[in-house]
Amino acid sequence: MMNNKYNFSSKFKIANIFSLVLFVASVLFILFKGLNYGIDFKGGTLIELRANNTKASEIRTVLNNMNVGDVNVKKFGQEGDFLIKVEQKENDGNKITSQIKENLSDNLNTKINFRRVENVGPKISSELLQSGIIAISLSLAAMLFYIWIRFEWQFSIGSIIALFHDVVITLGIFSVLSLEINLSIIAAVLTIVGYSMNDTVVIYDRIRENLNKYNRLNISEIADLSINDTLARTIITSVTTLLALLSIFILGGEILRGFSFAMILGVIIGTYSSIFVASPMLKFLKVTFKTLEKEEEKIVP
Amino acid sequence: MLNFSKINTLIIYLIFFSVAIFSSLNFQNKDKKYIDKKINLGLDLQGGSYLLLEINSDSLIQEKIQDKLIPIKKILKENNIEYSNFKINKQSLLVEINDIEKFDLIFYSRKDNLINPYIDNYRSFELSYKKKNKNQIEINFSKFGLLTINNSAIKQSIEIVRRRIDDVGTKEPTILQRGEKRILIELPGLKDPERIKSILGKTAKLNFRLVSENDEFGIDKLISENDEELNVSKRIIMSGENLIDAQPNINNQNNEPTVSFTLDRLGAQKFGRATTDNIGKRLAIVLDGSIVSAPSINEAITSGSGVISGNFSFQEATDLALLLRSGALPTPLLVVEERTVGPDLGEDSIKSGTTSLIVGFILVILFMLYKYKIFGLIANTALIANLLMLIGFLTILEATLTLPGIAGIILTVGMAVDANVLIFERIKEELKTEKSIIHAFDTGYRKAKITVLDANITTLIATIILFAFGSGPVKGFAITLGIGIITTLFTAYFLARHLSSLVVLNTKNKEIKI
Repeated sequence: MMNNKYNFSSKFKIANIFSLVLFVASVLFILFKGLNYGIDFKGGTLIELRANNTKASEIRTVLNNMNVGDVNVKKFGQEGDFLIKVEQKENDGNKITSQIKENLSDNLNTKINFRRVENVGPKISSELLQSGIIAISLSLAAMLFYIWIRFEWQFSIGSIIALFHDVVITLGIFSVLSLEINLSIIAAVLTIVGYSMNDTVVIYDRIRENLNKYNRLNISEIADLSINDTLARTIITSVTTLLALLSIFILGGEILRGFSFAMILGVIIGTYSSIFVASPMLKFLKVTFKTLEKEEEKIVP
Repeated sequence: MLNFSKINTLIIYLIFFSVAIFSSLNFQNKDKKYIDKKINLGLDLQGGSYLLLEINSDSLIQEKIQDKLIPIKKILKENNIEYSNFKINKQSLLVEINDIEKFDLIFYSRKDNLINPYIDNYRSFELSYKKKNKNQIEINFSKFGLLTINNSAIKQSIEIVRRRIDDVGTKEPTILQRGEKRILIELPGLKDPERIKSILGKTAKLNFRLVSENDEFGIDKLISENDEELNVSKRIIMSGENLIDAQPNINNQNNEPTVSFTLDRLGAQKFGRATTDNIGKRLAIVLDGSIVSAPSINEAITSGSGVISGNFSFQEATDLALLLRSGALPTPLLVVEERTVGPDLGEDSIKSGTTSLIVGFILVILFMLYKYKIFGLIANTALIANLLMLIGFLTILEATLTLPGIAGIILTVGMAVDANVLIFERIKEELKTEKSIIHAFDTGYRKAKITVLDANITTLIATIILFAFGSGPVKGFAITLGIGIITTLFTAYFLARHLSSLVVLNTKNKEIKI
């Protein structure tokens, strides 16, 4: 039965150490380096403009002369496109964007096309951050609950640890690379939660089935067998999802780039965690075929 | 699982076609629409402005509590309750009285209570008071009193915002209440929201007040349009509420833009009396606490109409007329969130979104063909059907498609094949032990069912939470992804299964490769 297959369980230990190191490093980065919040969560003004004959430094000079607070100007996408971020000073939402636009138009000697102008006040940004955190927590809780209903509590714990692992490491990478966290990243994280759970459930389903079928095998062997059984599916689905995501990442334009990058990270980490985090957790929680016995009738379709 | 009765088959295809056909509505000729339903483009795709405004009820509450001062004093006098040290403290009134018990009876009287009306809806009085010291009490609005003030302020604000925006003439504006204190405005196609913002940024409280050195009502020192400091009486002769119309004009003599106004009957009376009695004095026209102009009254104006001039540009005169026509906002509005996307960025987004959708779609289709051959074809047919149904559903719901929404569709394409992959892989396993192909397919579909359901429900949970908590574009993502999951389940479990059964049942030999 186990011929021609990969022995995953022998790698569990090394993988767990690897995961733990990544996890702890991510937590440290998030705590000490912090996350690079965009204006959605920090408040402030964002302007995307297109102007042919100007430089980032010129734009910076104009804005610094206005004394509006911390200013960040960078190239964005094609030549002549710039993204400007101005930190929130106080809530003067009625005027700040028009003042900035006026000043840029007056002082840069070129025609400016304001492609995108956003301003988020401090109240709204803290509300958005709060609802983002609630949404992610709630989705984790909902997953925990769903798995607890459909499986045993051990599976529920195992899957939630895998989810935490995915979310924290994805955010850790965002912290290391100083990538911006905005509303679409929250959407990406929630989708990662859904995807990673999806992946874990497929393997867990098979583990449950095999536990019932082969009660002579121990949990490591069952896990190995189940991971191998579903491996083709795991890979094919990851590939098609990644194909779609790569297409967004490369062709979908600047606005979707952060989102698709987070998703790509999440799909890779999520696939890894289903095999190397969620499955060994069951061994750690001492799952055997006896765990299922009480509810056997419920499980078999 | 492979046996489909005729009636089941019919139902499956009927459902598919009746949903999918709606996707075609998006390609109707604009002038000749059979059914007027289509997917709307979000502001991030068609360009436009999104504004979130917040009313500032603090100042309103201060005003309202001050208005209570005189009536309360009056009622205390009428009932022979002695009072002293009446003070206004931001949003409350402080007073020392000798007979709190008697005051309590009057204050909380349900009959003809002019100072503290009973609000039936909430079963509560408008005001409440508490004892501060032995004799001192503090009067302020009750929780429900505040709620009533806030509700009427937000309703009134929305009404006035709507009038002002309609007057400017943007196409298809959306104006909605958000929460207790906020107004959401969406202005599709608007390139520059500055004019709208400046129009909504003014409360437009208009007063006509006399310029006088001393006045029994007190005096405000205000700066006139010519930078002179004028003493303006606090007494309001007439306010903007009495205006029934205002129009921008050009003065014939000096070509200066002006605003002419027409008053209602009451306004005309007040105005006529005041101008008759005060010929020779100056009349200050005060808008939001600053003087627009302060002309001298040369003759009595009894016609009920007049002209405001004040060094306007024509645009300013037009906007002032608009503001006066629409009435005053009960409180100032603060822009707490603003997002504007220019039309060319929207177009670029549509282009890049569509390109990545097409490329992603082709990549997935090719990969599935390479992996599963004939069954890949089935999975791909299901995928196309899935996409058509998804677009059909979005059309039926007249959903708003945003850029993240397009990403949701692409992601659906990538993840939708999962259901079929799960099933095909299961069948492959069954084929290893099972001799009969039909049997293998049957078992494969049956055993994969639970897994497919579990796997999709988890994603659906994440999507629902995203929908509940997300805002704007992110909501669009949740909608497409959520509907995508449902259409995926349908196409995989009914359409693809039926197609598979056709292939399996018609291939009598064992040459099936998956």
